[in-house]
Amino acid sequence: MKFSENWLRTFVDPPLSSAGLADALTMGGIEVEALEAVAPPFDRVVVGEVLAVEKHPGADRLTVCQVNVGVAPLNIVCGAPNVRAGIKVPVALAGAKLPALEIKAAKVRGVESHGMLCSAKELGLSADADGLMILAQEAAIGADIRQVLDLDDWLLTTKPTPNRGDCLSLLGLAREVAAISGAQLRPLQIKPVQIAIADRLEITLDAPEACPRYCGRLVRGVIAAAPTPQWMMLRLARSGIRSISAIVDITNYVMLELGQPLHAFDAAKLAGGIRVRFARAGERLNLLNEQMLALSPDFLVIADDSKALALAGIMGGAGSAVSNVTQDIFLESAFFDPGVIAGKSRSLGFGSDSSYRFERGVDFSGTAGALDRATQLLLEICGGKAGPVSEAQASLPQRAPVRLRLARAGRLLGITLGSTEAGNILHRLGFEFTVSNDEFRVTPPAHRFDIAIEEDLIEELARIHGYDNIPAAAPIAPAGMLPAPESRRDSAALRRLLVAREYQEIVTYSFVEREWEKDFCGNAQPVALANPIASQMSVMRSSLIGSLINCVSFNLSHKQSRVRVFEIGRCFAVSDQGGHTQVMRVGGIACGGALHEQWGSHPSRAVDFYDVKGDVEALFAPRSLRFEAAQHTALHPGKSARVICNGHMAGWIGELHPCWQQKYDLPLAPVLLFELDFESIAEGGLPAYKEISKFPPVQRDIAVIIDAGLGYQTILDALRREQPRIVTEIGVFDVYQGEGIEKGKKSLAFRVLLQDTRKTLTDAEVDSAVSKLILVLQQCFSAKLR
Amino acid sequence: MQNLDAIVMEALALFAGIADADQLEQAKARYLGKSGALTELLKGLGKLPVAERPAMGGRINAAKETLETALRAQREKIQSQKLEGRLREEALDVTLPGRGLGLGGLHPVTRTLERIETLFRSVGFEVADGPEIETDYYNFTALNQPENHPARSMHDTFYLEGGKHLLRTHTSPIQIRYMETHRPPIKIIAPGRVYRVDSDATHSPMFHQIEGLWIDRNITFADLKGVIADFFGRFFERGDLKVRFRPSFFPFTEPSAEIDMSFGDGWLEMGGCGMVHPNVLRNVNIDSEQYQGFAFGLGPDRLAMLRYGVNDLRLFFENDLRFLKQFN
Repeated sequence: MKFSENWLRTFVDPPLSSAGLADALTMGGIEVEALEAVAPPFDRVVVGEVLAVEKHPGADRLTVCQVNVGVAPLNIVCGAPNVRAGIKVPVALAGAKLPALEIKAAKVRGVESHGMLCSAKELGLSADADGLMILAQEAAIGADIRQVLDLDDWLLTTKPTPNRGDCLSLLGLAREVAAISGAQLRPLQIKPVQIAIADRLEITLDAPEACPRYCGRLVRGVIAAAPTPQWMMLRLARSGIRSISAIVDITNYVMLELGQPLHAFDAAKLAGGIRVRFARAGERLNLLNEQMLALSPDFLVIADDSKALALAGIMGGAGSAVSNVTQDIFLESAFFDPGVIAGKSRSLGFGSDSSYRFERGVDFSGTAGALDRATQLLLEICGGKAGPVSEAQASLPQRAPVRLRLARAGRLLGITLGSTEAGNILHRLGFEFTVSNDEFRVTPPAHRFDIAIEEDLIEELARIHGYDNIPAAAPIAPAGMLPAPESRRDSAALRRLLVAREYQEIVTYSFVEREWEKDFCGNAQPVALANPIASQMSVMRSSLIGSLINCVSFNLSHKQSRVRVFEIGRCFAVSDQGGHTQVMRVGGIACGGALHEQWGSHPSRAVDFYDVKGDVEALFAPRSLRFEAAQHTALHPGKSARVICNGHMAGWIGELHPCWQQKYDLPLAPVLLFELDFESIAEGGLPAYKEISKFPPVQRDIAVIIDAGLGYQTILDALRREQPRIVTEIGVFDVYQGEGIEKGKKSLAFRVLLQDTRKTLTDAEVDSAVSKLILVLQQCFSAKLR
Repeated sequence: MQNLDAIVMEALALFAGIADADQLEQAKARYLGKSGALTELLKGLGKLPVAERPAMGGRINAAKETLETALRAQREKIQSQKLEGRLREEALDVTLPGRGLGLGGLHPVTRTLERIETLFRSVGFEVADGPEIETDYYNFTALNQPENHPARSMHDTFYLEGGKHLLRTHTSPIQIRYMETHRPPIKIIAPGRVYRVDSDATHSPMFHQIEGLWIDRNITFADLKGVIADFFGRFFERGDLKVRFRPSFFPFTEPSAEIDMSFGDGWLEMGGCGMVHPNVLRNVNIDSEQYQGFAFGLGPDRLAMLRYGVNDLRLFFENDLRFLKQFN
């Protein structure tokens, strides 16, 4: 909420500077977001009346004006197009210091000029201006413009928290300032209205829980077209409210002043009495904002005998709105239950200053007072004759006493508060209370909707005592150690492994383009957002692949030739139980050289499947993985595999399918991807010592020629099944296809390590074991020894 | 025996001038070989009168010893010169760059999160986790934000189609989930991604939060102030950092505070905190007369921006390698 400091100071005037006041509010819990001067410093600018305007003898665009500033008329040269005799304007006298220039008496093109007629821009009151600033006719000639326009004022903008609806008015803010600073509150004295007519409208509360209090009165014979006084316009403008008409301005003014939203109906448009009821199914209402609304029965309306007139607490209807020919008005001041108004502006898609206040709670003890205040202003400004107040009342919200134990407050805050200080604070807040044995029973006032439990009062004590006055303590607690599960690899360790293998971590949005889900996951039914921020962020990803590819594409287009990145993030899918699975995955992507460009190595080789497979194996080490050739929508069908760990599917690895490379504009160099379940990597195990053999190992190589289509894993599995006890390791050290090898065949060279823990192996034992392995190769795979 | 001294002088001069091992051995032969000069002198001893023989023999042997010593020294010198020469030839340009796989790097926000975790772990906070797709109950209701509560408009929520689920707007649901399955004392932090319908230079529709929760019998607001102030000082490694607590409102804490950190001439909002609201404790069946404590939420993205001088939040999610590599 934005408001004038001077206006606030009419209610409470603590000995604080503007900045000090803003700071006190902020530290009291009413955050002041902005503090701005209404006008920059300047002086010697007064109200002047232009008496006569003549053409400048030496310049077409200039005029020479006679200006009355209270003494002898001044001769002033002016360049503004809108200057004319009879207007009142700000006149900067000789010696005035304006924000951008200093005024001196001087000759302008040969004519004496004793000052300057000013635009709003020249006074620093607006960013741009169209000619002179024209003042109201009642402005006193010679008066200091700073006083006339109340320019020695500051604008405060507060950022109200949703619990403090009571601080959405000058009165409410003043109460806070008084409580925080200890300064005296000077509430508005509302004089009783003189009742001149007996006319009144009958009020019926059909929904007394939703509207427990409704006050209204007729005022007849108003002059709706009367101008709003300048002081009111200024205050409204400083709160960011545009002047509309005197009647509407008055309702807005009282809302700002006292926090009570009001509404004025054109009494001529009403048929019969006022009825506050829920809307009927199918009922329609044309609102002030020209929106035709089909009402549902959870909307409370103000109706007359025949129709809905207004959306209660939210907005009036166009049909009963006041206009500048209105003569009789019906002025409403009511209390609507916050629960009835809450959430409505969200479902409507718009709110109003009124609904904003009602949904946070309006002081139900001030309903009639606000009506009187508004009537008073109305009679002053628009004239007319006021009728008596019609009031209907049901049961108003109760303010049950809340217990406050000082010991509890002390235990929660970590300080000791004395009974006297606590009592003083509650008193300053205007809370009624009784106290015995350091236990208070506090009855919150009607304007406080946020005090229901003891902790609410403790917060009040704390903030008025000052959060700054609560020490920052080093907590005292039992010192237990945290668990450190050694068999699990946490995400930090995993990240470091990937970093060590030259992958750069990225963080991408969890919502992606629907098309990525289709292309890379074959997922036609992704988890979709109801209100996405943009179409390319409309579904929750079920895989990291799309985001990884997008990152490669982005960086390649920014002249990177080699990209290796990874991400750890959740992937989302609909689960069988109607909920969602949200598994953490690790995804990586690599394209470009296997090594970054460097001197002295072979001409750089592009990263390939086996490089990335090595990375994946390293993540799981020391556990060994199995890779099963399998097909994935995103991947090259001949260069993709399932990653299996301990018999469980742990993820995928492969080269991006060439058709996606084309579609997503990636250069046709291999792009390698992997995506793994974090959980399967995290599960580790503890190392367990095995005895080291004291006897020397023997190494033998076996080279065979077999069918090119045979997978290494298949052969290895067969060898492992049959391997004699003394064989400790079998590995491949050469794979060759090409010259010297028959087409359709390949040469595989195995290195076998043999060792016994009990004795040195004899040649015969070694030969026998190797023969056994060769036999397996020959019998199972028709291998030929090389 | 002028002759003997002359021979020794001549031999020492010769040896000292030789830089080749073979030549040195040849030179040795000239004096100590079968027909070397000293050998000949020894052979000639027999011709001397008997009385002179021992003295002369002694002198010759001493001369021989001198030459042997000189030879050994010269041999070592030659060898070390040879080694030096070889080493000189083998010298590398050590200023050429190293080879092999380089290093990747962590995302700056991860770096920050890990740092935050380290600091809080050092005083005994465990790390907890929770789902990103949440229900209305965990994201709002259990946190004392009933439907239509004006506080809900503080969060612009992403809903999933079907309306039953939403993307968590904060990490606070983890509090509820953790307290449902653990009894006090509870002392956790919970980092994670959160989502709000918002996008500009200071807002991203996805960002990070880190939640803290400490529930025990006597954890106070003063403790909260202490822990938070300690954290900011340690995180920014500055002793002069000012942190202030300003009354505010969150439905799930009472009293509530906004955490501001001094920055230049003003203050920056760094997060929210407060004493856990009794309704929240009640929702997870913890007796608020017995147990109390604080909760806080911090923005790791903001902390990373301040720590590393990043001026646009969106850079964190654009994943431009030229940006990311600056944090390696």
